[in-house]
Amino acid sequence: MIDAVEIRSPGETHIEVHKFYSGAVTAVVVLALVVQTLLPVYLRRAELLELPLLVTIYFGISRRNPSRGLLLGMIIGLLQDSLSHKPLGLNGMAKTCIGYLASSVGGRIDTEHPLSRFAFTAALMAVQQCVIVLIRRLLLAQPERFFSMRFLAAMGVNSVIAVALFALLDRLRKPS
Amino acid sequence: MIAIPSRHRSLALFGMVLAAQVFLLAVQIRNQPRGRLLRVWSVSLISPLGRAGSWSVTHVRGAWNHYIILRDARRENDELRQEVADLRLRVQQLEARAADADRLAALLQFSKAHAETPMLAARVIGAGVDAASQIIYIDRGSRDNVRRNMGVITPDGVVGKIIEVFRDTSQVLLVTDKDSGVGAMLADSRIQSPAGGTGEPWLVLKYLDNDNKVEVGARVVTSGMDRIFPPEIPVGTVAEVKPGNPFQQIRVKPAARLDRLEGVFVLLTLQPLETQKEVPASPLPSGAPRESSPAAASPPKTAISGARP
Repeated sequence: MIDAVEIRSPGETHIEVHKFYSGAVTAVVVLALVVQTLLPVYLRRAELLELPLLVTIYFGISRRNPSRGLLLGMIIGLLQDSLSHKPLGLNGMAKTCIGYLASSVGGRIDTEHPLSRFAFTAALMAVQQCVIVLIRRLLLAQPERFFSMRFLAAMGVNSVIAVALFALLDRLRKPS
Repeated sequence: MIAIPSRHRSLALFGMVLAAQVFLLAVQIRNQPRGRLLRVWSVSLISPLGRAGSWSVTHVRGAWNHYIILRDARRENDELRQEVADLRLRVQQLEARAADADRLAALLQFSKAHAETPMLAARVIGAGVDAASQIIYIDRGSRDNVRRNMGVITPDGVVGKIIEVFRDTSQVLLVTDKDSGVGAMLADSRIQSPAGGTGEPWLVLKYLDNDNKVEVGARVVTSGMDRIFPPEIPVGTVAEVKPGNPFQQIRVKPAARLDRLEGVFVLLTLQPLETQKEVPASPLPSGAPRESSPAAASPPKTAISGARP
């Protein structure tokens, strides 16, 4: 059985694709959503966390399959929407974009180094914020600021946590 | 049939998935309610795990606090806190009754018509998964007769209202959410104005023009006009007043500790609080939209069913 695959395409040296133990993706997604709902009850600052986004990014850059990445992003986003009172599709579309971007761009740059993971997460958080604000403004006619101090704080916190979380999730990869 | 090159398949799928979700959004904007089935499924999936997590955290913390650190002193402290909370609620009731003698007749009428406003104790088992969405989940649902639009309070003040009810769980929209609001008035001057959430940890009084003098520190209580909360429940205190055009910009710090909610009370009533006698109209600034039809004044009742949180 093949655990890690190298894909060669024109203009690319090679793309290493990681596989995970069965059920790991589902378990991590559900756990992320549960922790995201539970943690702010006991630690209000935890509402800055965006675990569903971090999980979307991680599996995107690890599996490096844009179709799978965007579908996983869509599922996570829609689940997130359904657990809030916002319209279904707001986070769905944002996470779809993130899943697609993470898996497309993730294959072209180094996403194994902690610094690149930090920067990549921060960049994708900014992209997600832009997508959400655009959807709110254009489709829902809701005024929303692009950036705020709160968002910048969330970007910093999540990027730091991403480095630790991604290292933890690396353990769920099947050995290549 | 046109064959799509393999490298463009994911891009085509991306476009289709986005288009489908735009369509989903458009459908929701036109029709209410919004995606009820998917919400029920996801809440059914997540809430048992959240409930288990909440139970675990509570018991681990309880074991630590009760048996290792303080033992009996902790229990006694909890009992005293509970007693203080009950007494605070009682004091608010008595203060409200004594504050305005004109409303006593209306209160009497109300108390005859509605002997009790039952409350249900509930535990907070989760929060929103979206930072922009200020909601919490409680462990009471349709099985406990919880319904949409019921008010949620703590002994400190207003928390929010029920916006979705599931079998064993309900979703509460906090008063500080952008989409939230509560009929409010200044406790001393009786000037009414809706208080709305901002998405930040404070509320704003929306329609008070510059002629109305508002002091920092003034108490804001419910007016009862929203027909969700009885009058005189604390909403918060005025934290900042700035002149504005056409209305003042007034920030209100919520009375309830919304950042530390573990137990709340659900007001188990949806009936409008009507009285025979109209309460004298409070001064409402010109140009401000009026709230829903007049309702009577009543202090919060204290009939509580279920275990205290």
